Amino acid sequence: MENDDINLVVNATNTNAVTGGNVLDEGRVGTNGLQTKGIHVWFGKHHVLEDISLDFPANSVTGLIGPSGCGKSTFLRVLNRMHEFIPGAAMAGEVFLDGEEIYGPKVDVTAMRLKVGMVFQKPNPFPSMTIAENVLAGLKLANIKVQDKDSLLEECLTRAGLWKEVKDRLKLSGSSLSGGQQQRLCIARALAVKPKVLLMDEPCSALDPASTLKVEETIVQLSADMTIVVVTHNMQQAARVSDFCAFFLSDGGPGQVVEADRTAVIFSSPSDQRTADYVQGRFG
Amino acid sequence: MSIATVEKPTAAEPPRRSITNQRNASDKRFRAVVTSGAMFAFVVLALIAGFLLFRGYEVFREFGFGFLTSSTWDSGTGESLQGASYGVAAMLVGSIIVALMAMIIALPFVIGTSLFLEYYIGKKIRAVLVSILDLMAAIPSIIYGLWGYLVLMPHAAGWASTINKYFGWIPIFKVDVKNFDASPFISALVLGLMIIPIASSVTREVYSRAPQDQISAAYALGGSRWGALKAVVLPFGRSGLIGGMLLGLGRALGETVAVLLTLNLVFKVKFQVLASAGGNVASLIASRFGEAGPSEIKALMAAGLVLFTLTLLVNFGASIIVSRSAKVSQ
Ligand SMILES: Nc1ncnc2c1ncn2[C@@H]1O[C@H](COP(=O)(O)OP(=O)(O)O)[C@@H](O)[C@H]1O
Ligand SMILES: [Mg+2]
Repeated sequence: MENDDINLVVNATNTNAVTGGNVLDEGRVGTNGLQTKGIHVWFGKHHVLEDISLDFPANSVTGLIGPSGCGKSTFLRVLNRMHEFIPGAAMAGEVFLDGEEIYGPKVDVTAMRLKVGMVFQKPNPFPSMTIAENVLAGLKLANIKVQDKDSLLEECLTRAGLWKEVKDRLKLSGSSLSGGQQQRLCIARALAVKPKVLLMDEPCSALDPASTLKVEETIVQLSADMTIVVVTHNMQQAARVSDFCAFFLSDGGPGQVVEADRTAVIFSSPSDQRTADYVQGRFG
Repeated sequence: MSIATVEKPTAAEPPRRSITNQRNASDKRFRAVVTSGAMFAFVVLALIAGFLLFRGYEVFREFGFGFLTSSTWDSGTGESLQGASYGVAAMLVGSIIVALMAMIIALPFVIGTSLFLEYYIGKKIRAVLVSILDLMAAIPSIIYGLWGYLVLMPHAAGWASTINKYFGWIPIFKVDVKNFDASPFISALVLGLMIIPIASSVTREVYSRAPQDQISAAYALGGSRWGALKAVVLPFGRSGLIGGMLLGLGRALGETVAVLLTLNLVFKVKFQVLASAGGNVASLIASRFGEAGPSEIKALMAAGLVLFTLTLLVNFGASIIVSRSAKVSQ
């Protein structure tokens, strides 16, 4: 096994699996969800992430927590190959989506990104498009034809918790909405291409408390049939929405996963003292 | 010490204080420099208009609106306007046709060049190519004209003949006489090439400022590079593209020497763009000025005023379009 003892792994089927040694359950590879094995990332010579092996079971929410700069966003980008747009970025390791390598030689990256959607920290609707066009933008970008656009539009906006607020102004520009609404519009846009996985990088950090609650509700509802990975700096949020948590930390060197387990375990009885200190707000 | 409570004004409101502001000396001096500089530019513009109006006034009095609608150019005895007959219709229409065609020819190259430079090549090659592009914008138009005349025309006449052969049934591609040299088409090719660098330079600059987070969003939605450019960069850069193209249009409308070399001036309104006959106000002035008598000089001044007004109108329209589409892409 190539994983060393600090890489602990989330496992849906075996809740007690996280102590000490390596727990990546071989049986899980090849089943549903997202797995990473031995992920390293470099920006030029700067080694940013070291040997991250995590397992994100299907239809669950996993929170990535840790102080800023430890590589959470970078790790998230590796999960849908968005880091490839950063000049000088390089990675090693493997990422499996439903058992298939997304870095394989025959993989069509754009098709893969349709399955692994992303919501960014700052809401980024397309300002030149209307609200409706924004939601359906992914279909147009990927040349996907749908029979009934109106019902898809309503479905996505409803799932993103925005339908009631915008149903009478679908023809207005996407930038006419408030920040919280724009973020939910971006979630609706990501949903329209029916991804299996949704990656969210601090989706609420630019939002007010009321919008934050709405987005959190949305996350919980979406996880019924979607695998969600969400980076958050807000411990309450991690506790509220996630089923599993992975604690990232960099002690000057590359970022590593200190501990990963069920959220309840991370918050009540973490096995590493540093995790306990972080979730109780003693550093970071 | 105690703090006095401020009494609410009961009846009359107190007088509002005016903004007082003591400008210091260096601020005053700078203000004077900036103001006089700006005024100077306006004064020069007004003087040019006044000069043209003064010199061309008699022509407008003599021929009235007919100066714009007639196409005869006959200096008669050459001494007085009586007995002469002047009209710039053919030249005016020709100027507009050539400039518009140049824009149509340049547009795809401008978009392609700008996108290529900004999104398809690395930083180092980009720096080299951008400086070459800027260099091209600085090539004098006489060079473009000579190249157009000596190198391009023999080939382009052949292309025109081919277009005529297959698309001659479209009215503007018809020709009465099979002479394809020195046509509006060839002039427009030269002008189009001439305005690509300047228009691309402006457009590329704006494309480079397209928001990265929206481009990322397009990629994350499964968009290809072209998809991301179409969804984000093109709409964002539209005002820049329009601005760049109109800058080019301004240059194309007023271009004199390159057109003079590549266009056969004919005093007849023509819409057959492949035929060896066209019009152009600026080239008319340049070609006749040397040997014009007193009355023709006046007519040329009046033609200058027409060109001046046309360019002002185009630029005015341009700024309206640019500010409108800038609002849309906010
Ligand atoms: N585009 C980039 N180029 C170079 N280094 C980067 C880039 N983005 C992030 N980094 C570096 O990678 C490390 C991890 O960053 P990031 O993944 O953004 O952390 P987090 O999201 O946990 O705050 C940091 O040390 C940061 O300086
Ligand atoms: Mg981050």
